[in-house]
Amino acid sequence: MSVTVRIPTPLRKITNGLDKVSTSGSSLAEVIEELEKKFPGFQARIYDENKELKSFVNIFVNGEDIRFLDGLDTKTKSGDELSIVPAVAGGN
Amino acid sequence: MSYVKCLTCKQCNNQYPIDPINVCELCFGPLEVSYDYEKISRSVTRSSISNGPLNIWRYHQFLPVSLENAIDIGTGFTPLIHAKNLGALLGLKNLYIKNDSVNPSYSFKDRPVAVTTAKALEFDFKILACVSTGNLMGSVGAHAAKAKMKSYVFFPKGLEKGKIIGSSIYGARLISVDGNYDEVNRLCSELADNFKWAFVNINMRAYYAEGSKTLGFEVAEQLNWKAPAHCVVPAASGELHTKIWKGLMEMKDVGLIEKVNTKMHLAQPEGCSPIVKAFNNKETQVTPIKPNTIAKSLAIGNPASGPFALKTLKDSSGSAIAAPEEEISECIQLLAETEGIFTETAGGVVISSLRSLVKKNKINSEDITVAFITGNGLKTQEIVEDTVEYDEIKPTYKSFEEIIKI
Repeated sequence: MSVTVRIPTPLRKITNGLDKVSTSGSSLAEVIEELEKKFPGFQARIYDENKELKSFVNIFVNGEDIRFLDGLDTKTKSGDELSIVPAVAGGN
Repeated sequence: MSYVKCLTCKQCNNQYPIDPINVCELCFGPLEVSYDYEKISRSVTRSSISNGPLNIWRYHQFLPVSLENAIDIGTGFTPLIHAKNLGALLGLKNLYIKNDSVNPSYSFKDRPVAVTTAKALEFDFKILACVSTGNLMGSVGAHAAKAKMKSYVFFPKGLEKGKIIGSSIYGARLISVDGNYDEVNRLCSELADNFKWAFVNINMRAYYAEGSKTLGFEVAEQLNWKAPAHCVVPAASGELHTKIWKGLMEMKDVGLIEKVNTKMHLAQPEGCSPIVKAFNNKETQVTPIKPNTIAKSLAIGNPASGPFALKTLKDSSGSAIAAPEEEISECIQLLAETEGIFTETAGGVVISSLRSLVKKNKINSEDITVAFITGNGLKTQEIVEDTVEYDEIKPTYKSFEEIIKI
């Protein structure tokens, strides 16, 4: 099963410049663990010391903010599109 | 001459060079422009500012662009009106309206966009882009036209007609997205990563946000170099609220004003008030919501500067108010009928919140209070359409006498 993850610019140094990565996992937390295996150091960039998402990191599963879903426990399935987006955008 | 040092992460203080970036690589925190304040304080005086141009560039030392690259369509130095009539009604002797709805594209957005457009040219961008709740897209269109750049504006479906026309007229390419603002914002964040465009409120956001400080500078200068006791500021992302505060603090830091004891009050519509909720629950983070408000220009459910607005509220001992939806159009009318200023929905939210602050005894009758009116009512006429009444007569003296019972 394969999930596509869109990588924002600040993380591309870790993903060797890739802007999209295909990976696996049946929940968001598992997907992030897989990404850590592929790209060591990935987790530390988006998790705080309690293994929670840093406050300025937003993650979307098929366009929906995971804070409206089940957070890191949000289920993922083959064909899903994940997007990691810095929170600091928009408005004034 | 530039007074800028670098970009600094507001979260972890890591420093970056002056590039079109807005996010810290280490912690994803927002980047902010850092200045050499000693150098600024050596080069500005009250009179050097007073003798400057009657637009935002009179404060160019505090902005991240060289003066020679300034783009000017007449942005800034808008009127600060002593609102005696509305003040008398509310019991406030020193109420002022900062009428920023008379900027070139009829909202305060011209301030950040003027700065960003100039900076985008310095970075050699050819295309200006934005995600907008309505006012920004007009401003981006206007400034791009003046700077001979192309512009692309993205907005949520169902926006007011006045705002759509008010952007397309400048030749902007308009893209209506079938989603709410937060969804459009997410899409544009993804696009900004791969398109070499100056997205004014994404990759250019650090420079963009600086433009809003000029509202704080102007108010202090117009109050004869004093910070007001209260500011009532509308909030969508919360950035304007923090930047007016930053503007006042910078003026104090370089010695242009003596002290800042300003309470920075924040106003949101009840149907989209995530910052107000977080503040009243004493939280340091904002939980996003799905907006449901007639104040479309404030309909951001996931406010990017939420945590910083919360900090500004706390640091300045301000209050956060959620204006009831049904009061918004009533307060648009109230401001128009008392002060001759026709504002959009965000202004209705501000006036309703001001009234609520007075009722809660948060503002004393002598306090110098500034209500920030940031957008123009002609753009959101739909909201007050129902209140319109008029007589129809024949072109005869008699016909007029029939309706004018004196």
